[in-house]
Amino acid sequence: MSERRIRVIVAKPGLDGHDRGAKVVARALRDAGMEVIYTGLRQTPESIVETAIQEDADAIGVSILSGAHEHYFSEIIKLLKEKSAEDIIVFGGGVIPEGDIPRLKEMGVGAIFGPGTSTSICIEWLEEEVREKRAKES
Amino acid sequence: MKYSSVNFASDPDDSEDGRLPGKGRFRVSEKEACRDLREGKKGYDEKVAKVLARQPEMKEVFTTGGGIPLERLYTPLDIGGLDYCRDLGFPGSYPYTRGVQPTMYRGRFWTMRQYAGFATAAESNARYRYLLEQGQTGLSVAFDLPTQIGYDSDHPMARGEVGKVGVAIDSLADMETLFREIPLGKVSTSMTINAPAAVLLAMYIAVGEKQGVPPSELSGTIQNDILKEYIARGTYIFPPKPSMRLITDIFGFCSDNVPKWNTISISGYHIREAGSTASQEVAFTLADGLAYVQAAVNAGLDPNVFGQRLSFFFNAHNDFLEEVAKFRAARRLWARLMKERMGVSEPKALMLRFHTQTAGSTLTAQQPENNIVRVAIQALASVMGGTQSLHTNSFDEALALPTEKSVGIALKTQQIIAYESGVTSTVDPLAGSYVIESLTSEIERQALEYIDKIEEMGGMLVAIEKGYPQQEIQDAAYQYQKAVESDERVVVGVNRFQIDEDGGGRELLRVDPSVGENQEKALKAMKQGRDNVLVGNRLEAVRAAARDENLNLMPAMIDAVKVYATEGEICGVLREEFGEYRENIVL
Repeated sequence: MSERRIRVIVAKPGLDGHDRGAKVVARALRDAGMEVIYTGLRQTPESIVETAIQEDADAIGVSILSGAHEHYFSEIIKLLKEKSAEDIIVFGGGVIPEGDIPRLKEMGVGAIFGPGTSTSICIEWLEEEVREKRAKES
Repeated sequence: MKYSSVNFASDPDDSEDGRLPGKGRFRVSEKEACRDLREGKKGYDEKVAKVLARQPEMKEVFTTGGGIPLERLYTPLDIGGLDYCRDLGFPGSYPYTRGVQPTMYRGRFWTMRQYAGFATAAESNARYRYLLEQGQTGLSVAFDLPTQIGYDSDHPMARGEVGKVGVAIDSLADMETLFREIPLGKVSTSMTINAPAAVLLAMYIAVGEKQGVPPSELSGTIQNDILKEYIARGTYIFPPKPSMRLITDIFGFCSDNVPKWNTISISGYHIREAGSTASQEVAFTLADGLAYVQAAVNAGLDPNVFGQRLSFFFNAHNDFLEEVAKFRAARRLWARLMKERMGVSEPKALMLRFHTQTAGSTLTAQQPENNIVRVAIQALASVMGGTQSLHTNSFDEALALPTEKSVGIALKTQQIIAYESGVTSTVDPLAGSYVIESLTSEIERQALEYIDKIEEMGGMLVAIEKGYPQQEIQDAAYQYQKAVESDERVVVGVNRFQIDEDGGGRELLRVDPSVGENQEKALKAMKQGRDNVLVGNRLEAVRAAARDENLNLMPAMIDAVKVYATEGEICGVLREEFGEYRENIVL
């Protein structure tokens, strides 16, 4: 049986309009053979989590450059827990100070890929995480 | 031109002191001298072939950042088609390639204008006063995202965003605080506000009146460029048609009442940040410009009049030569388009005046101090390109909003270019450089090709609906990323010359998380203290004006903000009347 392709939601929560990074990452993940659903701008945490559950996504990639990262990551993770969907991997990128990353990881964010990260690093990380996640589930 | 032979060894005895080579060694014979350009070039090419056989160049093809192939060497042969009077002319004269003023920086430097704003109006006011004390000559207001998208600080969509990327402005009360003790008759203020630009301009006019400054004395700029929001920046509210009406209402109102105001800043900056090439930046920006001019002409306005208040906003990126050429090409092409396609004859309405900001997307989170150098090079390009005002980015902006210290360094960078580098002492110093003139012509050619294609599609509004500029930009952005990842493009500190660093302890600006709460509280108190019946009436007057396209919306908005109707309330009425734009997702 061939393994199901990795399915990722690439999301832009809130009012931030900087979508270059999100779109570049979405295309890179797609070119790496993943199924990518890009939400577009101005999504609420509720709509992002709902899309992820409906689409049976393996992961949610969140892009935030507005400084509102603590708010949105905590909301998304809280909602995933409420819907018993905390197995969905959450990762992100954007303008996020290094000092904030430990707190985000404590919350349950798997990884933060800052400016200048090669998309291949993000792809490798995600493939590995999904492999582990699926191994646990089977 | 004839090149005479050169003789360095003037005194034959020089050769005997042991330091200089033998007699006549430096003598270039008539045979070796370049007497004919074409022949000389042939000789050079032969020499190059020999060198290449021994040592190939580092790359097979050299290109600009935007992908324009660069020759090994440029000579007069490369600009044979250039006609000085037709294509360059003189500074302050058509087609303005060499600048919009006759004396440029010999008369006055560009306006040093740092974009700033964060947290509350009171904190931003303190930062503005600091910048003015540091020698800044104009203000540039950054609004937070809820303000940019027409939500008050207590709106559910505003949660987590209040005061983050700029200052939160809900009502005239905040605006009064923002400009406290700043004389609006003396400073010029640029406001980065687009979809709700009319509301913020109305507030600025109201604050001015309170300070005793009539609208006719106010000077500044609103960005007010909705098309690039659809293309690249993302802070739109209303659909294109009513948005264009808001813009032409502002043009009309300001022509009559606020004549010194720049009513729009047609922006390539964000198009470039989203990943476009230099030529695309020029093309899409000028195509947006043509769309505004056409809309205003359709609304019955005279481009010879409102055309004088159009301003532009460009990016200054890393590729120095290409950037200098880009600014010159944009100036020439806009003058030609306005003259030949829009029938404009008033010189001031042909001039492309522009603000520049250095390229935020080139700032690296790795080794951030290197960004000081990047910014300096970019800023220099904009000055060599003849900018009217400039924002230099701070080195820490890939990490967070800039600190006071980093903003200070950014401003000093401009001062060093202005006062120490010497490049300001002569107008358009790089003109006549074979490569600069070649690139200027090439960028103009490429941009015009895009503009014609967009015209064939039915204009920029149709092209945006089809996702055409969005797709072109995204393709360029993705190509760039792939080029960096394959090491075809080097970014120092990112894919080459990396070092291990620990950035955890860096000093970064933090916006107090209680800003949102405090702003909400202040808003609530303000609403309790105002005449809410009057506010309701004035909002209905805005609605009535929105429904009647023959009315100008500005007077009703000014009346509404004066009684402290909030930005969210006014935009709320307009949302009900105009509807909201839905993004055309292009991937």
